[in-house]
Amino acid sequence: MERLDHIRDEIQRLVKQAASLEALEQARVALLGRKGRITELMKGLGALAPEARRELGAALNRLKGEAEEAIAHAARRLEDEALRARLREERVDVTLPVRAESEGRVHPLSQTIDEIVAIFGEMGFSVAEGPDIEDDFHNFTALNIPPEHPARQEQDTFYLPEHRDGRKVLRTHTSPVQIRTMQKVKPPIRIIVPGRTFRSDHDATHSPMFHQVEGLVIDKTTHMGHLKGCLVEFCRAFFDIDDLPVRFRPSYFPFTEPSAEVDIGCSREGGGLRIGAGGSWLEILGSGMVHPKVLANCGIDPSEYQGFAFGMGIERVAMLKYGIPDLRAIYDNDLRWLRHYGFLPLDLPSMVGGLAR
Amino acid sequence: MKTTLAWLKTHLETGASLDEIVAALVMSGLDVDAVENRAKDLAPFIVARVVSAEPHPNADKLRVCLVDTGKERVQVVCGAPNARAGMLGVFAPPGATIPESGMVLKQSTIRGVPSNGMLCSPAELGLSADHAGIIELDGDLPVGRPFAAVLGLDDPVLDIKVTPNRGDCLGVRGIARDLAAAGLGRLKPLDATPVAGRFPCSFAVHLAGPDDKACPLFVGRVVRNLRNRPSPRWLQDRLTAIGLRPISALVDITNFVTFDLDRPLHVFDADRISGDLVVRGARPGESLMALNGRSYELDAEMTVIADDREVLSLGGVIGGDSTGCTEATRNVYIEAALFDPVRTAATGRRLQIQSDARYRFERGLDPEFVRPGIEIATRLVLELCGGEPSAVAVSGAVPDWRRRYAFRPERTHTLGGLAVPAAESRRILEALGCAVSEDGARLAVEPPSWRGDIEGEADLVEEVLRIHGYDRIQAQPLARETALPKPALTPLQRRRGFVRRTLAARGLVEAVTFSFMPKKLAELFGAAPKSLAIVNPISADLDQMRPSILPNLLMAAQRNADRGFGDGALFELGPQYRDDTPDGQDLVAAGIRLGRTGAKRWDDPGRPVDAFLAKADALAALAAAGAAAESLQVSAEAPEWYHPGRAGALRLGPKLLGYFGEIHPGVLREMDVDGPAAGFEIFVDQVPLPKSRRGRAPLKLSPFQPVERDFAFTVDAGLPAETLLRAARGVDKKLIAEVRLFDVYEGAGLGEGKKSLAITVVLQPEDATLTDAALEAFSQKLVAAVEKATGGTLRG
Repeated sequence: MERLDHIRDEIQRLVKQAASLEALEQARVALLGRKGRITELMKGLGALAPEARRELGAALNRLKGEAEEAIAHAARRLEDEALRARLREERVDVTLPVRAESEGRVHPLSQTIDEIVAIFGEMGFSVAEGPDIEDDFHNFTALNIPPEHPARQEQDTFYLPEHRDGRKVLRTHTSPVQIRTMQKVKPPIRIIVPGRTFRSDHDATHSPMFHQVEGLVIDKTTHMGHLKGCLVEFCRAFFDIDDLPVRFRPSYFPFTEPSAEVDIGCSREGGGLRIGAGGSWLEILGSGMVHPKVLANCGIDPSEYQGFAFGMGIERVAMLKYGIPDLRAIYDNDLRWLRHYGFLPLDLPSMVGGLAR
Repeated sequence: MKTTLAWLKTHLETGASLDEIVAALVMSGLDVDAVENRAKDLAPFIVARVVSAEPHPNADKLRVCLVDTGKERVQVVCGAPNARAGMLGVFAPPGATIPESGMVLKQSTIRGVPSNGMLCSPAELGLSADHAGIIELDGDLPVGRPFAAVLGLDDPVLDIKVTPNRGDCLGVRGIARDLAAAGLGRLKPLDATPVAGRFPCSFAVHLAGPDDKACPLFVGRVVRNLRNRPSPRWLQDRLTAIGLRPISALVDITNFVTFDLDRPLHVFDADRISGDLVVRGARPGESLMALNGRSYELDAEMTVIADDREVLSLGGVIGGDSTGCTEATRNVYIEAALFDPVRTAATGRRLQIQSDARYRFERGLDPEFVRPGIEIATRLVLELCGGEPSAVAVSGAVPDWRRRYAFRPERTHTLGGLAVPAAESRRILEALGCAVSEDGARLAVEPPSWRGDIEGEADLVEEVLRIHGYDRIQAQPLARETALPKPALTPLQRRRGFVRRTLAARGLVEAVTFSFMPKKLAELFGAAPKSLAIVNPISADLDQMRPSILPNLLMAAQRNADRGFGDGALFELGPQYRDDTPDGQDLVAAGIRLGRTGAKRWDDPGRPVDAFLAKADALAALAAAGAAAESLQVSAEAPEWYHPGRAGALRLGPKLLGYFGEIHPGVLREMDVDGPAAGFEIFVDQVPLPKSRRGRAPLKLSPFQPVERDFAFTVDAGLPAETLLRAARGVDKKLIAEVRLFDVYEGAGLGEGKKSLAITVVLQPEDATLTDAALEAFSQKLVAAVEKATGGTLRG
């Protein structure tokens, strides 16, 4: 038994002295290896009397357990030390800038179109499209704008060369898609048409290419009250102003009767323009009940069907909503401008997510 | 269309204020662009007397004036040469805003002498360009009163935007008529009593085409022995206020009647007319020296008024110089006629003549007001110029303008959304001049002669609503056809959004560029067909519909480079044009990267952009559109604007889905773009839509570990890697999960014209773990297949 105490001391000494995992392994072999001190003693147990064997056996087992535990403990200590040493080596300067990741932007016009679609989508509209290069019939005649109509002269139209089928034009508005849709689809119809439009005008407030969104509702009962309801809801949702004043003013378009221009409230106090209640008005779109002649031109019986149409400049509402001061900059594609006024790629507008930005 | 408030009130008896009138105009459809209220702007400026004007002690050109403002005497330092004691001028006290500059006047000290206000020049008050001296007022004017009121400059000017349908409101009286109908007052009666002729009209008029509609009615009369002189002050002031220049009484009268009553007239110097007058189409070779000093070549489609010798005037457009009235004119022939709106517009447009007459004729004039117009004009001529009138000679007749429409009173509700009582609708229509009678439950409505624009029931509904008030229409929500909205976008449209936002997420910035471009650029990028050339471009830079988006993006990127932002990555999702048919337009996602991948950094020196960046963008766009990279075929063929050796096409079966690659350096040089540039063009809508949108195929997860094996082959240097990869993938499509190219090597030990391609093949067994024998069999099969397809050999 005294020998065991002696071994116990030796265990402590060997384990403590081990300065590396290799040294510790040598200590383990010396104690617990095939020829280790404890192993040797255990081999000798068979020669003892049963009583003594049981007693010594139990003591040796305890000792073996202690040795294993001491070694494991020491091993953990040595591993920890080694890890600490490695980590000290692995230190980096965390103030260094990170790897360059360039994130792009979505153009404010695209974002605005997505917002407009999100709102009208909630009201049951779907998105329709048509070609940018139009014929005279769809761009003018079917819309009740005969060749010599003064309204036709006021639209500065881009023309393509004359050929067999007449002269093609760059569409001056998105309204021809009304015609194409009504020719193709039986009412009820409820569409919006965002798209490129063209007029030969180029100055601080006009661009030869710009974007419009057209709206068209045709059924048997829709009247001007619905037109008003639809557009008031749109304006308030788009500008995210619940009490935005919206005013309908009589006007004239060849393709609607009655016709209305729509103004939203604003304030010009202090030189800046602010959308909202404020005593001034800002015209943002034209609208009206589809002219019976336009319906008839598309093969829809005006004594049975009626509805409304509207058209709005997308640049204008985008500029108002996002405080973009200069129309021309929209097409300049200056990267600084695009990063400033553009939108994050994953910022997809939706009504549930809200449209305020 | 401009008018002043006082002018409007010559036709409208009203107690309404300016603001009320403006509000009523706006809400009845006559939008007011601007109200120039000089009374308000000029209110602080008062009549004042210069009591004394002494030389300034410290400045030669300045004077120190003592000014009597009616309330007090103040000292003012003045630089005007005409400032002198005793004169009446216009004084601005401190605090007044100077109209010219918008500056607020302050007390100041000028070269040591205090100055408490200013004596104003006409230019400073925005009255004229005259800066030479201060205003000198004539006569005995009350000192201390606002000078604008004293001089009658305080009449507000309204600029009204008359819509093209409302030709009847291109005269002040028409506007007054609308206001009266809107309840703002009473339309004053108009005296158009005929002026008795003292002798027969000396000119016969023949109406001779170009067709029956060209000039259905022509009315004329002579006034002889008159004197043409400057108009009286009231008439000059009216015309000046709306921006017209007074010329002489005869000219001013025609302008006044045009703007007051919407009745254009023409006055010929009768002594310069030779023989009878004829209204006809112009003859080949005829021309007219017009009153604006320009000569015009005429054609048979243009309606002219001619005498025995020559063309005197272009009907409804402009008068001729030869018969123009001067100070010396003694005898005149006054003409009032109806000219065909369409022909007048066409003539004006072809000759590019904008005139007040043309503007009115092309919008349609009141056919019943030709005769009253000439009577009123005659009275004015007699009043201002004296003379003796002839009888009126009438050629042709008033065309039949009467139309009758059925009006269902409930349509104000079912179409207009506002239930207006039938009696009120009737009242409004009658106030607007319609003749209304009852016809059962309907009203029979005959619009007045001046409202040629009213063409049916919908127009009548608008008339009632605009006068009754659009404000009263209750907004109603649009009824939904389904409880939840259906998708607004088609799968095709929705997919474009994925492509847009995928490219933006990859670091490209979305641009929007014009659909047109310079023809030269279009030629560099495919084609500039004549059918897509713009006939009337805004500038030579924008004269061709774009066959590709790339040049616009390259130009935009180069503009950014010129500003110091050279390493740009831009994309656009928009149309490009093949031909002018409705199907000749393709939706394309195009992008470019210019310069380097980025500025040099501590962990990345960056590198020039290359074909593989563009390929990655293109594949990402296609993946977003639903075409997975592994199903695409890549081939080294791209259009001529790409680098011939560093560009390719992407196909899905026979369908061409796009191109990618480095932009041809020669093209960049032509465009003055600093390279390098790499770009792509993806025909987004060409990607086939998935056949079914319902759910996905069931997922089978294999319980067995995948196995990887590497192979390297020596092949001809010119062999496309795609050939090898395809051959490897084709060996066992079920077993092979992936084939990765992990090394491309050319050089020593391979032999001339050879390269090594090394691949990792990932095998995914599904039924059992692969045995060594099975693996060996597979390897042999793969090597054989690849060697056969590529002509290469396995590297030992």
